[in-house]
Amino acid sequence: MDKVVANVSAALDGIEDGMTLMLGGFGLCGIPENSILELVKKGKKSLTCISNNAGVDGFGLGLLLESKQIKKMISSYVGENDEFERQMLSGELEVDLIPQGSLAERCRAGGAGIPAFYTPAGFGTEIAEGKETRIYNGRPHILESALTADFAIVKAWKGDTAGNLIYKASARNFNPLMAMAGKITIAEVEELVPAGTLDPNQIHTPGIFVQRIFQGKAFEKRIEQRTTRKKE
Amino acid sequence: MLDKIGIAKRIAQELRNGWYVNLGIGIPTLVANYIPEGIEVEFQSENGVLGMGPFPFEGEEDADLINAGKQTITTLPGASFFDSAESFAMIRGQHVQLTVLGAMEVSQNGDIANWKIPGKMVKGMGGAMDLVASADNIIVAMMHSNKAGESKLLKNCTLPLTGVGCVKKVVTELAVLEIIDGAFHLIERAPGVSVEEIVGKTEGLLIVPEFVPEMQL
Repeated sequence: MDKVVANVSAALDGIEDGMTLMLGGFGLCGIPENSILELVKKGKKSLTCISNNAGVDGFGLGLLLESKQIKKMISSYVGENDEFERQMLSGELEVDLIPQGSLAERCRAGGAGIPAFYTPAGFGTEIAEGKETRIYNGRPHILESALTADFAIVKAWKGDTAGNLIYKASARNFNPLMAMAGKITIAEVEELVPAGTLDPNQIHTPGIFVQRIFQGKAFEKRIEQRTTRKKE
Repeated sequence: MLDKIGIAKRIAQELRNGWYVNLGIGIPTLVANYIPEGIEVEFQSENGVLGMGPFPFEGEEDADLINAGKQTITTLPGASFFDSAESFAMIRGQHVQLTVLGAMEVSQNGDIANWKIPGKMVKGMGGAMDLVASADNIIVAMMHSNKAGESKLLKNCTLPLTGVGCVKKVVTELAVLEIIDGAFHLIERAPGVSVEEIVGKTEGLLIVPEFVPEMQL
């Protein structure tokens, strides 16, 4: 089955104002940067974006914040950019903060047909307010619901024409989970190869979860915190 | 009194052979530099790395390989990568033996607050709530008092909680304290620090044994 689309513009076809998008990545690592640039170009507004973080000023989701296309962010850790803080404090931007593990599991559950699950994370905190609680194995848990999206946009290292994906190192993060939870999942990859080229033993995301795939034109892969040591 | 490195060194003494360990941002990260001889541990980073190594050499940074603090890192032989759901399965599923993290407040029954100050910009809890929710062994690394000079070891936390009844041990620049049955127990004092000073700077219920040994670093 050929999932290849001609370019990033065709890949994002059908994204409309007010839709919910999932965007893979942790910090700036493993984000679908070509798609984000194209989203800015397309200018669709009032988007709800589910992403662990919200980029930085001038890069990643920071770009969509600057162009005021995001109505609501669902994330676990944000505020690495001034524009985010400004919009949040002024009330322009809705923010829903979720524990990172719960966010990951809620995406996984959304793609796995599990409507909700109990987790110990957040019990006794404000996150638990209004949520059902239940004791399992003598410990309290709270009920968290699954997340899905109109479009999930993920970034992989290698992909094939059938939509199978392989991620690199810690750029995997939320990408495989969001790939499962999109009604339509778009994968942008650094290297697109014919089906049959990738070893089926090494596939992280099977092609069944991916509807559209394209090779990104260029990847800046900006580093948020460059830390090194000197050679002795 | 200890500096940050001293706190990290003392926590490193808690490491046991074969443990998988998650280190938070700040002082906890320094613990990795002082692993006692003969002890083999593997560090987990909740963004999806097991077997974290030191920072890369200049020019060898890989944008695809970072830790939970978004810093460029390396891996050691035996490392593995995984997605965020699997990562928190390791954490919630109690496959990680030790979590070390910082805190703004800890209460005498082991509650921890470290993610939000009302009225100030809220950046989010990241993985902290998942990390403290089910770990059996949580050590907090922090200063004994806040910048205003108020004790951070309290009867009850005043800030929004990250988790309840979860902290087992606290290491500060002054002391090592264990939390048992709703009280801080003074286990060790830092070199040159008197029991009186620790008592004076601890607001929560503090149990002091007759003899309090000095830390051996």
